[in-house]
Amino acid sequence: MSDSQTYFANAAEKLEGWNRPAVIEPDGDGELLEVAMGPHHPSTHGVFRMDVALDGERVIRLKPVFGYLHRNHEKIAEGVSYLASMPYTDRLDYICPITNNWAYALAVEKLTGQEVPERAEYLRVILGELTRFQNHASSIGFLIQEMGASGTPLMYAFREREKILDLFEELTGARMMVNYMRFGGCRVDASPAWLDKTRKVVEGLPGFVDEFERLLSSNEILMARTQGVGLLPAELAVNAGVTGPMLRASGVNYDIRKVDGYGIYNRFNFRVPLGDHGDVYDRYMIRVLEMREAIGILRQALKDIPAGPVMDSKAKIRGFRPKPGEAYGRIEAPKGELGFYLISDGGPNPYRYRIRPPSLINLTILEDMCLGQNVADVVLIFGSVDIVLGEVDR
Amino acid sequence: MLGEGILKGMAETAKNFFGSYFSADRLTTVEYPEQRIAPFEAARVFPFLVYDAKNPPDAADWEAGMRCVACQICEKECPPKCIYIEKSTDRKPDALGKPQFYPARFDIDISVCMSCQICVEVCPFEAIKMDTEFELSTGDRFGGLLLDRKQLAKSNEYYHQIHLNEANAVDARLAAEKAKAEAKTKAAVAAKAPSIAAATAGEGA
Repeated sequence: MSDSQTYFANAAEKLEGWNRPAVIEPDGDGELLEVAMGPHHPSTHGVFRMDVALDGERVIRLKPVFGYLHRNHEKIAEGVSYLASMPYTDRLDYICPITNNWAYALAVEKLTGQEVPERAEYLRVILGELTRFQNHASSIGFLIQEMGASGTPLMYAFREREKILDLFEELTGARMMVNYMRFGGCRVDASPAWLDKTRKVVEGLPGFVDEFERLLSSNEILMARTQGVGLLPAELAVNAGVTGPMLRASGVNYDIRKVDGYGIYNRFNFRVPLGDHGDVYDRYMIRVLEMREAIGILRQALKDIPAGPVMDSKAKIRGFRPKPGEAYGRIEAPKGELGFYLISDGGPNPYRYRIRPPSLINLTILEDMCLGQNVADVVLIFGSVDIVLGEVDR
Repeated sequence: MLGEGILKGMAETAKNFFGSYFSADRLTTVEYPEQRIAPFEAARVFPFLVYDAKNPPDAADWEAGMRCVACQICEKECPPKCIYIEKSTDRKPDALGKPQFYPARFDIDISVCMSCQICVEVCPFEAIKMDTEFELSTGDRFGGLLLDRKQLAKSNEYYHQIHLNEANAVDARLAAEKAKAEAKTKAAVAAKAPSIAAATAGEGA
């Protein structure tokens, strides 16, 4: 036995337990090859490293290494006021800042018992679903890019994303770092012109999804590369705490919009798409279907949005001291359950500020999905998890 | 048939490719330095300090007309703490004629600033606003990105140029405040006046 084989055999023995994936034995006589994929690897969506042990092309072990983008967000938040953490939340999952804002605002509103006006709730839903749409579109684009179709689907996705980001910029002043939500509403009101523009953009979105599907869904190469690859059994997904499209692709019906009905989601009529196999293709398909459902919610919300204030006139955004206590606010972010857990000791800063990031927790089962697969598929499986390193490392 | 899906996808890309010759909607990019898209009304990049010039194009009275009273709320609320303010020891009359402190030093390190607009939101004096200028690259990464109060000072007219609706709303609010303050002083003078009149009348008798 070579050194590396002994090392991995020992490491596997030590780690054997209820939570460990099955050990895959190398089948040849050759040595294991250790490859550090990343941190600068085009497929890793940022600075993320996978230490892979390969037997030929087969993955025997995979160790995800993260922390390269650690920015000390949680500790910083304990030292600044509640309001000052709001722009930092934009930088967690920088593809969908609106939903990060929302989850944090929800947690603080729970802590202080703050009410949110009707119109602000509608605006939150509209922006949240736009965010979901553009996140899924670009994540599919990245997934296909990693499959080798460099550019085309990604650029189509970005063309659509551009329209949505323009809406964000017009309303909030920034394309990505929006800093839009406040405790007790939203920062600025949407003008009728903006709402009309949004309606126009939303009317164009189904055409984009149709185009995307014609381009990809029945493509034989995509099916050959993705079907049966990166299987995630429902039991493992539930045990590992996986949420979002990943979990639903494995066939578990769990959507916090339905479970919690936070905000005003119980007013909208929408379905939760579920997958059968839990492979990469199912994850792709779930995202496509969720984009369609998001368009449905957007249409309903844009039809019903009432007039009124967007900010509770009694709400304080700065200089407030919540009563001692704790609150957990969670939403269905495009990537999964995004939660903010806050403890207040009655001071102007949170005593403890903790984020439950969907990206990090969805990433923990990466090894289980990759074992026994080809190294080229690892990149694909990793892409199908849909992570943003800003949120993984915080 | 095997390959049907691929052909369908190819047809889609071909449609997009040829469509771009006929439909302007399909061309989504502009050639940046030559062509520019005007920024949105709400666009924000880095903060600047507003001053009221007496004779508008004149930039000489940036120091006298500065609205900032060095209350330091923005410095306290700034999430990455990129604002540094030194309060003056003496007072100067502001637009309403009330003696106020002014910032003896007001620095913003725009290499740290994260354009969150919280300083603008918390400022009670409408003194700090967001600029839309984004071409700020410099060879000097420390000194060149640390802006002092003179570099930060921009006139109210400039503010009108970049955020017209917002600036008009701010002007209306400030004018209302000023009118209210003037009415108050007038009322105070008027309240004093009868007693003076009565006193002089008493003297006369």
